[in-house]
Amino acid sequence: MSILINKDTRIVTQGITGNTGEFHTTQCLDYADGRDCFVAGVTPGKEGEVVQGVPVYNTVADAKAQHGVNASVIYVPPRFAASAIDEAVDAELDLVICITEGIPVADMIKTRDRMRKMNSKTVLVGPNCPGVITPDEVKIGIMPGYIHTKGKVGVVSRSGTLTYEAVHQLTQLGLGQSTCVGIGGDPVNGLKHKDVLKLFNDDPDTEAVVMCGEIGGTDEEECAAWIKENMTKPVVAFIAGVTAPPGKRMGHAGAIISGGQGTAESKIEALEDAGAHVTRNPSEMGILLKKALS
Amino acid sequence: MNVHEYQGKEILRKYGVTTPRGIAAFSVDEAVSAAEELGGKVWVVKAQIHAGGRGKGGGVKVAKSIDEVREFADAILGMQLVTHQTGPEGKEVKRLYIEEGADIADELYIGALVDRETQKVVLMCSSEGGMDIETVAEETPEKILKIYIDPTDGLNRREAEEVCAKIGIPDEAVAQGADFLEGLYQAFVGSDASLAEINPLIVTGDKQVIALDAKFNIDSNALFRQKEILEYRDLDEEDPDEIEASKWGLSYISLDGDIGCLVNGAGLAMATMDIIKLYGGEPANFLDVGGGANKEQVTEAFKIMLKNPNVKGILVNIFGGIMQCDVIAAGVVAAAQEVGLSVPLVVRLEGTNVERGRQILDDSDVKLQTATTMADAAEKIVAAVKA
Repeated sequence: MSILINKDTRIVTQGITGNTGEFHTTQCLDYADGRDCFVAGVTPGKEGEVVQGVPVYNTVADAKAQHGVNASVIYVPPRFAASAIDEAVDAELDLVICITEGIPVADMIKTRDRMRKMNSKTVLVGPNCPGVITPDEVKIGIMPGYIHTKGKVGVVSRSGTLTYEAVHQLTQLGLGQSTCVGIGGDPVNGLKHKDVLKLFNDDPDTEAVVMCGEIGGTDEEECAAWIKENMTKPVVAFIAGVTAPPGKRMGHAGAIISGGQGTAESKIEALEDAGAHVTRNPSEMGILLKKALS
Repeated sequence: MNVHEYQGKEILRKYGVTTPRGIAAFSVDEAVSAAEELGGKVWVVKAQIHAGGRGKGGGVKVAKSIDEVREFADAILGMQLVTHQTGPEGKEVKRLYIEEGADIADELYIGALVDRETQKVVLMCSSEGGMDIETVAEETPEKILKIYIDPTDGLNRREAEEVCAKIGIPDEAVAQGADFLEGLYQAFVGSDASLAEINPLIVTGDKQVIALDAKFNIDSNALFRQKEILEYRDLDEEDPDEIEASKWGLSYISLDGDIGCLVNGAGLAMATMDIIKLYGGEPANFLDVGGGANKEQVTEAFKIMLKNPNVKGILVNIFGGIMQCDVIAAGVVAAAQEVGLSVPLVVRLEGTNVERGRQILDDSDVKLQTATTMADAAEKIVAAVKA
């Protein structure tokens, strides 16, 4: 088992004819059951083209009608990316994973408001995220597939390479992963840490979770409150940005300490209080998880 | 992107928000003619820098004559203005704003920002104007009233009027206060702001509601559609190294320590800074080379880090995904040779093509240490810098 995606997921790549879309779709096709899973692409005006053996359509609705897709991944440039999400939501897909970095916050506010008001069932992951992978089944996104192994640890993170670091440590210790979810580094996004932890808690094949948070917002604090009340599985956490100065945006649009809120210390404290195993050493996420499981 | 107070007020006026009349000045003579053009008997000479606390630092003066305008403009222009936000070295004042004096009966606070939890714009309103809002939030949070704005419906007029009354806007000015909130919200949305702060908002003796100060921060991701605001950019207010880095697609922030670090990915870059500190060192910068850095970018990254005279050692931490370790290794070697690296260098590579990458490092003439894990890397660079 896994969360969000598995070998039966049928995916459309939005923005498949762009360089990034084509490159990463190729990588995803080559990973595990990718050839069965990635069945269609969308670029408006390019219907009839074929990219890496994948047929291209003008709209997500067309791709869904032809191939029964239930998920999409978005590599569309930032200024058009929010409306690409809207299109996937309108097509009533189960899952939309938006990789694009640099979407204006105002666009995401409108898109999220729209999803709420239409009571959309679509789950959004991202934007500005590496994607989601269920090892040995399907990889949707830009992460290097080979560092993952199948297993029982869930991983959730706001970052890309820091997630790879965590996964690599787990794999080196013989701890495989059920699913790894990059929720992205933007201030206004879809799934939050808490939402992903709920899914892992309900997944019978996930035994423990590694979560990588970072400065900015109060997502980790809210997650901590949820863990305290509900989580039945061990959680190992690392929060990046203890040394980040206030008022400076640390690469990610959402990674900023403002108005005294969003500090690493506040998140660490909340998670420790909730009973999570928090490490201040990013080299020790894997080892700590191994200990938590034994 | 930050803008100056006078630019923020230009944005506000475009959306019907009342501000005092004022004119920007780049020299003492311009300041004097601005005051003459404005007329009246009282003027405020205000330093324009991208930092708060200008008044306390001596960057805002009330002039009661044209001679005083000249005197204050002369004193403030060119000064190193030190505030709690500039750091001890302060910032040189290169622009002034000359404004008509205002008759202040009451000072209030209004701020607009994006609330990440509700994913809506929120207006923060308080009777405690002129104070640091962070202090108010900590000490008397009940004095901050929040209005969450529905993105489709916009500001609720009745709610706005209620809040205006509660923060102390007199009855006869409540309607004007609600107009003010509406204008501020429209300015926020229209300019793709991530923060708009009016501190203080004043009520004058004749019950006018006016923005006495304006601080705007604009969402950098939206600048492609904010051409007018992009013209407000003042490169003098930004760190030259950060500007240089952004030209090369690098995300760089200078810090106070002595260990430079070059990392791919923002989260891993922060984690690398943290682990340097954990092992007893201090990071000199945040530097994210992004997902697909090439040899040129790595070379520029080295040059930028080494411009900082405090840097006594460099840690490279790359987790190769799309980015291949051998490409990075070749880039590191080329960069170290090109800049004639003279400080200790520790390189930790992991991920795609790591073996080939390590081989390139081992075979090179560049003096460096390789590391296997982040902890190993941090330990080695801290030891090398302290040696």
